[in-house]
Amino acid sequence: MQRMIRAMLLGLMLLGSTQAHAVLEVTVTEGVTGAIPVAVAPFAWEGEGRPDEDVGRILAANLTRSGLFEVEREGLPPVPSGPVDFLAQPWADAGMEYLVTGSKRPDGDDVIVEFHVYDILAEERLGGWRIPVPADLLRRGAHRVSDIVYEQITGDPGAFSARIAFVSVDRQDDARTFSLEVADSDGANPRTLFRSRKPIMSPDWSPDGRELMYVSFENRRSEVFRQNVETGERSRIASFSGINSAPAWSPDGRQLALSLSRDGSPNIYVMDLASGDLRQLTRSRAIETEPVWSPDGETIYFTSDRAGGPQIYAQPVSGGSARRLTFESGYAAAATVSPDGRSLVYVEGGGGGFRLARLDLDDRRVTQLTDGRDAESPSFAPNGSMILYAMTDAGRGLLGSVSRDGQVHQRIAAREGEVREPAWSPPN
Amino acid sequence: MNTVFRLTLAAIVMAALSACATPTRDADEAERAAEREAAAEQERAEREAAEAEARALGRDRQFDAAALDDPDSPLAERLVYFDFDRDEVKSEFMPMLEAHAAYLSENPGARMRLEGHTDERGTREYNLALGERRAQSVRRVLNLNGVSDDQLEVISYGEEMPVAFQQNEEAWSKNRRVELVYESRR
Repeated sequence: MQRMIRAMLLGLMLLGSTQAHAVLEVTVTEGVTGAIPVAVAPFAWEGEGRPDEDVGRILAANLTRSGLFEVEREGLPPVPSGPVDFLAQPWADAGMEYLVTGSKRPDGDDVIVEFHVYDILAEERLGGWRIPVPADLLRRGAHRVSDIVYEQITGDPGAFSARIAFVSVDRQDDARTFSLEVADSDGANPRTLFRSRKPIMSPDWSPDGRELMYVSFENRRSEVFRQNVETGERSRIASFSGINSAPAWSPDGRQLALSLSRDGSPNIYVMDLASGDLRQLTRSRAIETEPVWSPDGETIYFTSDRAGGPQIYAQPVSGGSARRLTFESGYAAAATVSPDGRSLVYVEGGGGGFRLARLDLDDRRVTQLTDGRDAESPSFAPNGSMILYAMTDAGRGLLGSVSRDGQVHQRIAAREGEVREPAWSPPN
Repeated sequence: MNTVFRLTLAAIVMAALSACATPTRDADEAERAAEREAAAEQERAEREAAEAEARALGRDRQFDAAALDDPDSPLAERLVYFDFDRDEVKSEFMPMLEAHAAYLSENPGARMRLEGHTDERGTREYNLALGERRAQSVRRVLNLNGVSDDQLEVISYGEEMPVAFQQNEEAWSKNRRVELVYESRR
């Protein structure tokens, strides 16, 4: 696993070394009321010199960014020197509910990160971990630590180790440059995979997190390309007459659902990636696009305007007829499926605006998640906690993120240029 | 872009000034309404005459390649605009399309690319499909006027290639378009 990550990072650095990247900045715009107070003590360095990354700082930033925690780092009581002599009272007096302590020490080419999580109200240590991390990947290690701490406190796995792919757009006078980029979940380490004067859209991760499928107009029409994130190796997957678009990798990584208009109007097809064989899933004269797979690989959800306006439908991959799922508004499109397969988040239009809504598949309840005017391209985090999406502010494209209950909102803007088309990677 | 904005602003300011200067007496109002009606009637008559002429041009006259560069020729018009989330070609664009159809029929070696576009509202993938539908609507009009499919290529850019970047109906209406691009003229 570590070797794979190292190879991946090396590939990214080689690809990105001479180019400028969209540097992202995350702001929490709306958090939960009653965020959990957590103390994160400094992670002391027990060795010569200084390590590159401050693991405690990255952990604190990650927890804060989730919107679920209020992180305290200053004016803390004396930190316990070992895991056993923990005294809860001073921390309870300081208003804390959880405490994370940690240290780092060199071990050959690795750094050993050791940390402990304490539940102050229960007066007990929830656990201690010792993780070896390659010294040059300490930032990645800090995200791994964050995932564990998040899971200890909330009971849900963290998604900090996952990465995001997105498209950035630089506009200089009338010329626009489009870049497909990959960054850590906090926007750090952005790397450019592909750059073009023509539009790029709809990136989708392979289930193993090593490749992306996306649409590029580099040949003046929409075509689907596949690119290895580690090596940069790239190939054209679909270039039929008409539209080639909306690629969606199957959960087993062997098939690709996509929208093709080779027979006159866009329909959903499933391509076997080993052979390139195509199977047509929908047959209508309407617009059929934006396919996504259920996690069990048995159902494809897609957008169709066969009833007039665009709505979300479900159809068994094995065949059979499509079932309409959305009825609440005149415009429902671009569904993303939660990792547990029990809900869809999609773009709902009406009243001149486009918002995100969540449909719970068990009871068909619909919850509105955003009230902005122009939400687009939702993508579920691999732990199901958040949905990343695209929006605009004063005509400038940026990313937003909302918790699955609609309570926590974040904005993610590039320091320069625009960002759009976010896609959250599978868990790392 | 800035020039357009300045001009628009200037027009608004002038309109506001003239509004201030307008007398408010009822008699004047009635007179003005009558004048407006007469002007509108004249404009309508002129437009209908122009459309009839353009139709005649499209059906009966033959075009040579030089007409493509003549700003007064209906062939100089290369843009078809659409309503939001619609793909029907509006009647006002028929004379222009009939002229292009006549040219393409007269010049079987000519090739045209039909590029479909949408405004930014709605999802990118849906808009990619909608742009293609618009270009296909234009292709059907050309087909009905005798143009062979071999001469036409339909592509869609969806919402990806706007010509106006503001977020208002004026900009959106410019972006909902099919562009007629001659790839080869004869």
